[in-house]
Amino acid sequence: MNTEHLLAEAAKHRHAVGGALHDRVTEAIYTDATQIADRAVTRAGERPAFALDRAIDQVVTSRVWGFPIMALMLTGVFWLTIAGANVPSALLGEFLTVQVYAWLHSVAQAVSAPAWLAGLLIDGVYLATAWVVSVMLPPMAIFFPLFTLLEDLGYLPRVAFNLDRLFKAAGAHGKQSLSMMMGWGCNAAGVVATRIIDSPRERLIAIITNNFSICNGRWPTLILMGTLFIGATAAPGLSSFVAAASVVTVTIIGIFTTLIVSALLSRTLLKGEASTFSLELPPYRPPRIWQTIYTSLIDRTLIVLWRAVTMAAPAGALIWLLSNIYLGDLSLAAHLVNLLEPVGWLLGLNGVIILAYIVAIPANELIIPTILMLTLSLGRSQLAQAGVLLELEDAQLHTVLAGLGGWTTLTAVNLMLFSLLHNPCSTTILTIWNETKSLKWTALATLLPLGLGIVVTMVVAAAVRLGG
Amino acid sequence: MTEQALTPDMAAAPSAQCATCPIYSSAQLVKLGVDASGYDYVIALAGNPNTGKSTIFNALTGLRQHTGNWSGKTVSRAEGGFRFREQRYKLIDLPGTYSLLSTSTDEEVARDFLLFGRPDVTIVVLDATRLERNLNLALQVLAITDRVVVALNLVDEARRHGMTVDVRSLSRDLGVPVVPMAARRGQGVPELLAAIAEVASGAYPTRPRRLPLRDPAVEQAVAALVPQIEATFPGLPNARWVALRLIDGDASITQAVRDGTLGALAPTMALA
Repeated sequence: MNTEHLLAEAAKHRHAVGGALHDRVTEAIYTDATQIADRAVTRAGERPAFALDRAIDQVVTSRVWGFPIMALMLTGVFWLTIAGANVPSALLGEFLTVQVYAWLHSVAQAVSAPAWLAGLLIDGVYLATAWVVSVMLPPMAIFFPLFTLLEDLGYLPRVAFNLDRLFKAAGAHGKQSLSMMMGWGCNAAGVVATRIIDSPRERLIAIITNNFSICNGRWPTLILMGTLFIGATAAPGLSSFVAAASVVTVTIIGIFTTLIVSALLSRTLLKGEASTFSLELPPYRPPRIWQTIYTSLIDRTLIVLWRAVTMAAPAGALIWLLSNIYLGDLSLAAHLVNLLEPVGWLLGLNGVIILAYIVAIPANELIIPTILMLTLSLGRSQLAQAGVLLELEDAQLHTVLAGLGGWTTLTAVNLMLFSLLHNPCSTTILTIWNETKSLKWTALATLLPLGLGIVVTMVVAAAVRLGG
Repeated sequence: MTEQALTPDMAAAPSAQCATCPIYSSAQLVKLGVDASGYDYVIALAGNPNTGKSTIFNALTGLRQHTGNWSGKTVSRAEGGFRFREQRYKLIDLPGTYSLLSTSTDEEVARDFLLFGRPDVTIVVLDATRLERNLNLALQVLAITDRVVVALNLVDEARRHGMTVDVRSLSRDLGVPVVPMAARRGQGVPELLAAIAEVASGAYPTRPRRLPLRDPAVEQAVAALVPQIEATFPGLPNARWVALRLIDGDASITQAVRDGTLGALAPTMALA
């Protein structure tokens, strides 16, 4: 029998059975399921565990307490991360960037390696990876397991439940809160996770705004800036708490940016009604603590760190070359930084940071090591020209940035904002292209956050400078 | 657990009693991780979100895919392999869905795999504490493929809530084996393996429940269309379901009829 005839027959029957076939079939399946379940299940008395679940849910998803509890939980996680990572970070930094670094140089001298080779390998490749490990490993080793525990406990779906109302008000799909939270791990994963949204319009909104979720590569930048510059302005006992609060503030600014941009998109380029869906609140399950710590250390911490290290090694070599190839009196890096300095100044940042963001397009993880290496090498060569030699013992992060780089609190605040609002990394851009197959939407998703970042940092810088 | 630990002559059960013992069964499991090459059977893993699908996937393959506690965790499909009683199995973790009737990407991925991927066995994971809603998906899966094993997971949680599920009644109603499990604690894994092996080899003949329609007009239309579908695509295992989807005007099934993809599902071709 020919297939067109078969399809015509089917169409004929479609008219015969009348409308709402989908609903009728769904209902029949439901009825059948109910009967089978009724036969199979016997219940004894009340269910106390359920009642406790519901009591907790009523508090954590209530209109009054939902958001304060959410902010408190996040602050708690960041506070533990910052307070816990301080000492190991300092020790690791001292060990890797001072002791091992000096030892490597003495070895190089002992085997009388050529200066350029020692410079390229030790000051370039080694130092970049050493910075990545000492700056990123301790906070990640604390933050990721804690965050995974929150997820396993069943708290994240409650956050999604709270945010659902806001997303609907913004004209977006409630499931966007789920893809947004996947973005808190990795934006590329968050973009893929938008597949759970059926409507193409709402899915595009979710894809375009996913970059406003701080990802694994950006948490360390925020945590470091918060600790060095924001926390340091508070009283000693409060500094970790203030640092944590600053990171939470940026995260919440990210959520609001997501909502505002979603609302703007759904009223302009991507007009339409928000569709409804049902969000299940899964039962709370006691997390298996050791297993969670183990898997999040292996799955997230080491993978993210490895990605950072593999990116940092060639970047370190590149930065060393840029800083040591001279064009006239100045190194290539100095030329580039001088060229970018006016742009940096306008954004309340500096030329080094702008150059770092260009170098770090493949991975956000590179920002901090690139900034440190550039600041150190440029600062050192300028000081060396003035006849001063930097003592390596002074290479504490704060001293390097504030002393050599001339950083202020404004620089740190704007770096935190720019870290939230800039183009996605190249992996995410590629993922957006794969998911949308549209140059237009990929370009929008790439340039919109960058444009926002430029405007916001510029306004903040101007306001601070005018205000005094 | 190395491959050498199980030489062929060791794999044969020392005695008849051993073959049915759970401890012996689990000793026969060789987790192969991501290595799913040279398999004998393809096993699909379906279920609602948050029923412990990923936990079961990890228990069988030895992989450590992070298990999420919320819907939408697994959007695309993950693959892994294991070996049990000298047979190699390739396990495919489908996205967690509540239904197979809508058009969101995750549901289409799951449905297309069941329909066109033709797995040898499909494990449907059900949450024992939410049996009624979970059965919706099970009934829809049974309409597409008849080789199904139901993994009734979280029976420990159901017990804590004072619920008991009569496994035999469920198995009788659905016409397929039902294995009670507490996968988080590893309970029920040996029994699940045994059930998979029996259904895969055909030792357990399943009698899957027909999709209920409960509507004379729809029933009549389906009954009229099924013989025509079977004439066009001989050997198609799910003509009833295809008929229903065609009457509903499902675009992707219509397309599959038109371009002959559905025809490729006839048993002889599917072996290729």
